[in-house]
Amino acid sequence: MSTQPLRDLLERAFPDATELDIVDRTGGGDHFQVVVTAPSLSGLSLVEQHRRVYEALSAPLGDGTIHELRIKTKGAS
Amino acid sequence: MSYTDKIKDVIESSDVALFMKGTPSFVMCGNSDRALQALRRAGASVTAVDVLPDPQIRQELSAISGWPTIPQVFVKGELVGGADIVEELEQTGDLAETLRAKLGDDYAAAQDEKTVALA
Repeated sequence: MSTQPLRDLLERAFPDATELDIVDRTGGGDHFQVVVTAPSLSGLSLVEQHRRVYEALSAPLGDGTIHELRIKTKGAS
Repeated sequence: MSYTDKIKDVIESSDVALFMKGTPSFVMCGNSDRALQALRRAGASVTAVDVLPDPQIRQELSAISGWPTIPQVFVKGELVGGADIVEELEQTGDLAETLRAKLGDDYAAAQDEKTVALA
């Protein structure tokens, strides 16, 4: 899959995001790295921040579209 | 049969539990290796569990932890995260700090590694 559907899901889950970066790490459409910076993540532990990203991408994670996902999150803008 | 009780027992009874693909001597996944190496560099004594022998192990683990991916690292029963978080904590110095806070100042004194087979 291209990065756009992932961007759409993340934009919906993090409407306040100041940074959304999605990289197809291998060009194969199944190994992705996402960077999310959003004030709504502030004050959450890294585990909770990553959980929010997993929840946002639960559909492509669940059906195997995403084979591998690297996550980087930041709370402050 | 169910693995849930065995999984919980490893999580609760291990200082540092690493659920991974493969074993420390034969790692089957790059992300599992990233977590393992970061823990080794931090001096942690790792209890490793291979999730590959039965897909049900992974399903039941994720039901317990609420974490969808492998690897998963627990310190004293608490989920610390996956490979990305463990590496990030290492870079900020918070990994050693977490280990020290939960396991005591001498946590790295007798570093060892063991593998627990669930299946």
